[in-house]
Amino acid sequence: MSAAAPAYNFAYLDEQTKRMIRRAILKAIAVPGYQVPFASREMPMPYGWGTGGVQVTAAIIGPDDVLKVIDQGADDTTNAVSIRAFFARTTGVATTTRTDAATIIQTRHRIPEAPLRAGQTIVYQVPIPEPLRFLEPRETETRVMHALEEYGLMHVKLYEDIARHGHIATTYAYPVKVEGRYVMDPSPIPKFDNPKMHRSPALQLFGAGREKRIYALPPFTDVASLDFEDHPFAVQAFDTPCALCGAEDVYLDEVVTDDRGGRMFVCSDTDHCDRRRAGETAE
Amino acid sequence: MTDTPLLSADNLGKSYGARRGCADVSFALWPGEVLAIVGESGSGKSTLLNCLSARLAPTAGTVSYRMRDGVVRELAGLQEAERRFLMRTDWGFVHQNPAEGLRMRVSAGANVGERLMAIGDRHYGRLRATATDWLGRVEIAGDRIDDPPMAFSGGMRQRLQIACNLVTMPRLVFMDEPTGGLDVSVQARLLDLLRSLVSEFGLSVVLVTHDLAVARLLSQRMIVMKDGRVVESGLTDRVLDDPTHAYTQLLVASIPES
Repeated sequence: MSAAAPAYNFAYLDEQTKRMIRRAILKAIAVPGYQVPFASREMPMPYGWGTGGVQVTAAIIGPDDVLKVIDQGADDTTNAVSIRAFFARTTGVATTTRTDAATIIQTRHRIPEAPLRAGQTIVYQVPIPEPLRFLEPRETETRVMHALEEYGLMHVKLYEDIARHGHIATTYAYPVKVEGRYVMDPSPIPKFDNPKMHRSPALQLFGAGREKRIYALPPFTDVASLDFEDHPFAVQAFDTPCALCGAEDVYLDEVVTDDRGGRMFVCSDTDHCDRRRAGETAE
Repeated sequence: MTDTPLLSADNLGKSYGARRGCADVSFALWPGEVLAIVGESGSGKSTLLNCLSARLAPTAGTVSYRMRDGVVRELAGLQEAERRFLMRTDWGFVHQNPAEGLRMRVSAGANVGERLMAIGDRHYGRLRATATDWLGRVEIAGDRIDDPPMAFSGGMRQRLQIACNLVTMPRLVFMDEPTGGLDVSVQARLLDLLRSLVSEFGLSVVLVTHDLAVARLLSQRMIVMKDGRVVESGLTDRVLDDPTHAYTQLLVASIPES
């Protein structure tokens, strides 16, 4: 890999900033699901492109780490390529597209299909960390609601879904309850990925740059998706397997192939799909 | 069981700096009783109501409430969590403007179910059945259950707000001008409904109003306020038919003869 650009400190941020972010991360790990405010910095990219995730990664990455960056499951989309190149240039660490080879995985809106293992850290980019935001616009009030565990409102939202659509129509950023205490926004991952968060052996960190919040799930944390007794939580199911690798039980993307209505459904996790097509037995 | 009042105020006062909101208010509210607080606007009615319902911290005196377990607690000594729990279980608060008490963009059914979900009901079918039942009781057609209050008329909104408050079977309801801003025929129907609900559930009510006719129709006892102080109190019929304080006489005399 290329050597670190000399003009920048290792991983772009200065050491004091990284310490500040690490302190926030430690607090977040100590109180799973609790949103810790931090002094988010301006990053050389627009808000909404992962400024929070980049800062968290910058604060935890070391010279021996191997970094993987995915965007909607794919390693080869603009956001993923740019962030991977950014860290390759400012840290000189090795990068990979292989889920099993990475020590840090920064992700936008997916969790890889291959199960994560102990020792890995997954960093989520979060646009809106407050799960109660759309129901209660006042930050002062949502903080009190978290403090007092007043989460009835979350179910009001799910109730509305069922009343309107006959089922819980929330398909991404599906709210979860962490260790029976804090209700947390899992970032806009499909609800298909929610069960992967439950008791994961990997450390899960969440960074929201614009909203200046960091939260975390330490390994083996209980994560339960909210639901009703008579409308239990269920993940999306797909009728067809992946058109490229034939995988079932994975999350699929719809790809439009021509302008005559041609389309195919393929793995959203490009690394998983590549491994399978290369004949490697995944998992 | 009923030898202690449900709610009692003792020398209650609230001042905003040098300005007086209300002062030296003492009374006891008994189970099943409807107490009206009347007075002109600016007389301290709403300040008093907010102090009584722990929405505002009084600067003098105390308010005590007999909890469901029979223990009398001072409201000032309640934790924030206990106060909020009380607010959505044993108490109700009907605002003059229903928009303050309702979520205007959330369906009527979810509005009614909110309190139940807040105290842990997690069964959609049951929540919906309860909501349907309550909409019926407040005379809102069942097919409006999925409409948001935004789409309701003023009278319907107010009835919905009442349903939202009563769904947890509170023992005490605070009402701040519940008929304010409604036209006369809607007012009459709402009063009718309130009267039947109050007697059906044996509710205790603290009712703030400037409308003496509303007070006469709903309340058994009333307090007349002026400049933050109680100038007269007693049985509603007695106060309205035979007012002793000059200000009350003026109030009663200002009702146009019907």
